[in-house]
Amino acid sequence: MVEQAEIRVVHQGGSNITFREPAISSDSRFLLCASGHNVKVFSTVTEECVQELRGHADLVTGVLLRPSNHLQAYSCSADGTVRLWDFTDGILIKTYVIGYPICSIYASASHDGVIFIATPTKGYKTLDSLQLLAVHLPQTAGQLVETSDLSAVLSDVSANPATVAFGRAGEYVASTNGVQLQIFFFKKQKSFRFSLKENSCSGRSNTFTCVACHPTDDCIATGHEDGKIRLWRNFDQKREYTYRTLHWHHSTVRALCFTPEGSNLLSGGVESVLVQWRYQQESQQDFLPRLGAAITHIAVSPDGALFCTSHSDNKIVLIQSCVKVSSIIQGLVKGEAVQTDLMVDPRSKALVLNGKPGHLQFYSLQRDRLLFNLDVVQQEFIHQEGLDQFQVVMATLDGAGAWLATVEERKQETAEAELNLKLWAFDEPSQSFVLNTTVSTPHEVRITAVTFDPAARGQTSLLVSCGRDGLFKAWRLAVPAHPDDGGPSWTCDFVSAYHGLTPQRCCFSADGSLLAVGFQEVVTVWSPASWELLLTLSQPPGIIRDLCFGRLSCSKFLLGTTSSNQLCCWNLLTCSLEWSTSMEVSLLLADPLSDNMAAFCHQDGNTDLFVFKPSEPRPLFSQKAVCSGRVSRAVFAPREVALESCEESSQWLNRSQLYFLTPLMDLLTFSTRAEEERLMTASKQLVVDDSVAMTPFQLLLGKRRPHHQAAVEDPAVRPPADRPVPPGGSAAVRELLQSPAHVLPAAAALCSVFMEALLGVATETRSEPELITMENETSAGETPSDDQEMETRATRPERGLLETDSADPVLSRAQVRELRRVRKLDHSWFSSLLDS
Amino acid sequence: MASFKPTKIPVYPKLGEKVTQDTLYWKNYKAPVQIKEYGAVSNIDFSPVAPHNFAVTAFSRIHVYGPFSQEPVKTFTRFKDTAYCGRFRSDGQLLVAGCEDSVVRLFDVSGRVALRMFKGHTKAVHVTDFTSDRYQILTGSDDYTCRLWDIPNAAELSTYREHTDYIRCGVTSKLNRDLFITASGSYDHTLKVFDARAEKSVMTMDHGQPVESLLLYPSEGLLVSAGCGRYVKVWDLLKGGQPLVLLKNHHKTITCLALGSNGERLLSASLDRHVKVYNTTTYKVVHNFDYAAAILSLALAPDDESIVVGMTNSILSIKHRKHTEESKEMMSQQRRRPSYRVFVKGKNFVPKPDDYLVSKPVKEHLAKYDRELKKFNVSKALDASLEIWLRKKKPEITVGVIKELDRRGTLKNALAGRDEEQLSQLLHFVIGNIVDTRFAPIILTAAEMILDIYKSVIGQSALIDQQLLRLQNILESEINLEQELLEVLGMLDTMFATSVTRKEVPYSDVGRSNGLAQGEASSSRPELFRPPEIK
Repeated sequence: MVEQAEIRVVHQGGSNITFREPAISSDSRFLLCASGHNVKVFSTVTEECVQELRGHADLVTGVLLRPSNHLQAYSCSADGTVRLWDFTDGILIKTYVIGYPICSIYASASHDGVIFIATPTKGYKTLDSLQLLAVHLPQTAGQLVETSDLSAVLSDVSANPATVAFGRAGEYVASTNGVQLQIFFFKKQKSFRFSLKENSCSGRSNTFTCVACHPTDDCIATGHEDGKIRLWRNFDQKREYTYRTLHWHHSTVRALCFTPEGSNLLSGGVESVLVQWRYQQESQQDFLPRLGAAITHIAVSPDGALFCTSHSDNKIVLIQSCVKVSSIIQGLVKGEAVQTDLMVDPRSKALVLNGKPGHLQFYSLQRDRLLFNLDVVQQEFIHQEGLDQFQVVMATLDGAGAWLATVEERKQETAEAELNLKLWAFDEPSQSFVLNTTVSTPHEVRITAVTFDPAARGQTSLLVSCGRDGLFKAWRLAVPAHPDDGGPSWTCDFVSAYHGLTPQRCCFSADGSLLAVGFQEVVTVWSPASWELLLTLSQPPGIIRDLCFGRLSCSKFLLGTTSSNQLCCWNLLTCSLEWSTSMEVSLLLADPLSDNMAAFCHQDGNTDLFVFKPSEPRPLFSQKAVCSGRVSRAVFAPREVALESCEESSQWLNRSQLYFLTPLMDLLTFSTRAEEERLMTASKQLVVDDSVAMTPFQLLLGKRRPHHQAAVEDPAVRPPADRPVPPGGSAAVRELLQSPAHVLPAAAALCSVFMEALLGVATETRSEPELITMENETSAGETPSDDQEMETRATRPERGLLETDSADPVLSRAQVRELRRVRKLDHSWFSSLLDS
Repeated sequence: MASFKPTKIPVYPKLGEKVTQDTLYWKNYKAPVQIKEYGAVSNIDFSPVAPHNFAVTAFSRIHVYGPFSQEPVKTFTRFKDTAYCGRFRSDGQLLVAGCEDSVVRLFDVSGRVALRMFKGHTKAVHVTDFTSDRYQILTGSDDYTCRLWDIPNAAELSTYREHTDYIRCGVTSKLNRDLFITASGSYDHTLKVFDARAEKSVMTMDHGQPVESLLLYPSEGLLVSAGCGRYVKVWDLLKGGQPLVLLKNHHKTITCLALGSNGERLLSASLDRHVKVYNTTTYKVVHNFDYAAAILSLALAPDDESIVVGMTNSILSIKHRKHTEESKEMMSQQRRRPSYRVFVKGKNFVPKPDDYLVSKPVKEHLAKYDRELKKFNVSKALDASLEIWLRKKKPEITVGVIKELDRRGTLKNALAGRDEEQLSQLLHFVIGNIVDTRFAPIILTAAEMILDIYKSVIGQSALIDQQLLRLQNILESEINLEQELLEVLGMLDTMFATSVTRKEVPYSDVGRSNGLAQGEASSSRPELFRPPEIK
């Protein structure tokens, strides 16, 4: 029991950052967004997450800057609390306990000490009917504050937080639900309701989707499902109200926002075009097209200099008000369903899965950051609901990561399905995959499986694809007969069928000498060298769902799962069934680095995990109910550094880590206690001191400062011998750095002193392992332009001081790489010089 | 933000012949000059010395043509019967020819009367040639003998009677004055290598079929023979006459062989009216010439300056090579384009190390249809892709745009609302490409939509009705064709099925018994995997 408590399921990054509208700090330097149970603070300049505000016990449902103090922010959560944070320092100031789950939070500058929250109406359990409450925050001291002064403002509020907006100077609040607009005036304590017809004359729905109020004028803008925007005026009268209709969007308007001065109205929707309307001259519009995915929220910074749009593909785009994209914060892209298998790119160690429509995303698990998107379909994506688009349904990487095969489909259900098999070669100079071969309609009907031969290297690569047309085909890299025909490309090498049955699964043995193809109820084993049918294995009735060869010491076993809830293991030496057991396995996969196999079993609506060796009767590890629903995607990712765990039950996690996707598209993993402890200590070191953003210069100089403080607090852990006092005398150094350059002696005379200081400390610090954070080459090269620019900027002051000779302004690539390496080294000696 | 991705135009495999360097080279000849001879042209020989006149043996005459003359510069008519095998000596001064009347005549190219007459053969002489020392003549005759003659005194030096049938071809070595090779036609099938110093043949090779033509490589290590059996065989003489390559590309008797491009290409002419060009390193056919009649003789001028072919219908066809200045003239007739310099201007500038680079954003160029697609102007995009040169020259672009519109779900909008002229353009394109297998699926969808949209206006325009009728005819004939093809396929299947010997299905005991039965048997094993229990 104790052993099992060691391993637990944890969320692995990639959480949704576009669940609610983000908030931009008043100086436009930080962006706050709700992300799972936390609030993340991003720097708008570097796109890095600088702060994570942890504390909520449930989903965070809203983030809001405190109107009276621009350095503080409220966040509300479904756990029934509102918390006040100092987001620059990451300090929790106060926790207000409301007691009901909160769906959204609003505030107005003119209502001091009052916040408005939307909570489910009493008596209703569901989120269908909400009410808007005003909460008077008590001014008592202490961290935890109970609030009881609640007063209802509006009832019958929609669950969509975009449907409530506060008007000019907080005089009124507008809320929409269905086809009804409701406006409540605080002074008069009077509310007005305006209704539209269900459907417009063209038969499209008139339902309100979002609302925004003009900050200085009595005007309310509402967005509708049919793409119309209505500007309401004179709404303080029952009858003489007017509205004006603006129509540009062809489908639902998802977000509306006025700029702080009210000069512009921003709108966005499924088209993924940000439209900027001039207030009072609505015929003039500015567009920012092709933002990548449907816009879900729009936020504007308080000074109006920065817009930000949240998108349905878990992306936040920051836009300068001149309608120019300045930076993009991208989380793990989540679609409705991941159709490709999860894979790990052997080169970048990144998780590969479906990303944006028609793309594959490479997501670094270590850094919790999207490395890049590979455009597979290479077609203009038309943002229109209900359009049949090309989808990447399958992808597979070969053993060395040199080749990637993708399958894309369109019109999957109809007869005229369009299928493409694409093969991508890894290109070293550009560090990306380059399209090599496109095979249109490789199979007549849908493809059921594609696999690379894991053992083949280079020119002998072999790909096998199975299709619903009853054929499986082998594809090989072939050099064309004529040298003018271009480089090598993939051609079909072998086609075979087995009694007209449909192949469902195929699997190569680890050494590539055997290919197992599951034809409905029969497993056939082929030799890829000669394409001979070696043997057939029929088995207890049931269609083969999964096939997997054992690895390493268990390579003589072939495992399969069937639709009749059987897990079978055949011994390929005796060609007999070694064992079989009855369990409903939804996913079977083998660890490439050990002989362990993992089986996800679906039972009673929950998924259980068993890790076992095919040769041993008892499982190594088992856990009931790792998540609810059926797990159908999982992957073993090799660890960068192997763990040395001796516990029997956690040994299987030593060399690889198991990631899996839940039906709700959460990426989860298994973590041991030792690992968590290590992570905790690492995260403590990462806490940023001062209220500065994470700038490159700060990285350079301030990296070691908290560490240094920790060392002072706990001298036993870090003996002073670890950090020798830099030579040269601190007072002298300070004087040197502060006095103007023209009074200093010649730089040549000073140089040697500095160089000695550098050499002395650098050799010492190099031995500290946690400082040398080796970053992957590919991941580092992902944003080369930004990075390089940053580094050259960052290193220049130092260079100016240290090196007086041979200053070369134009940096070659090699030099940039060298600079990057230098950056990763320890520069704390410099800051310690400043300290002392 | 992300830029517009242009419409993807699928790349289709190129149909028809591939353009290689060889096809370009061998196509670079002018239109042939045709000269009517008196009878079937049995032999053509180029003079080895400039200006490379060539002797054409046809019926009872030998005409000598200059390199660019259309009239013979010289004619030898002193034959009593059909002349054979008029050949030049290596200095181009003398010409020898055999004759049906068994007399071999030697001419001076400037004279008219025969200098020497070699009498001794009893039947027609089909083979004559000079040896490399220029003083002797080799002859081969239908009396099964081949003889060596001395030129100065017209005396017979030696006779070889080893062949057992007509001798129809032979060559002498250009390097060794004593060596020559003859092959006999009709029934003998052998190639024999003779050495004038020995009494008997020194090497015998069996071609397997009557031999019509022989060719020695300039290095004389390889011998090429060809004949009735439609085969071209290459023999390695240095390995004692080992067969090296067997080429089977003609379907009738091969009548003549020649070497071109300094021995890098081998040409074979056949009665099937084709001349094939082989690469002599890979022995693959690299080019093919077609002629109007069965070819009897073929010769190439040095440096492939001209190809001369004689045919059974007594036509002599001469093709001269196009020269670069002439092809340049052709080029200059075309529209002058901006010079290459304009395009590379500034592109090859190498910045100095201390230069500061200011990069200019590259403006993306979009095709006209893409510009319209970017603005969602679907009808205009379709119009742009239906421009006449585009749909004629690059139908795949038009099809690509139609496909893109279909993907966007707006094909119907783009097709609708067209007047008579536009619709007839559209139908014209559909009619032209609907039977192309590469485009058929997408054009069929478009055609169905056109019919759906415009069925209400059928009968209002004669032009459209006519086009629709044509479309119907094309589809009907296509359906018939497919049906016939399926029938042929069925016939072929039965033929293949009977021709393939029935293979025994490999039946493995192990493979069969590992199923259910085995599984049940093994369930008694103690180490059965059980669902693990969770405490």
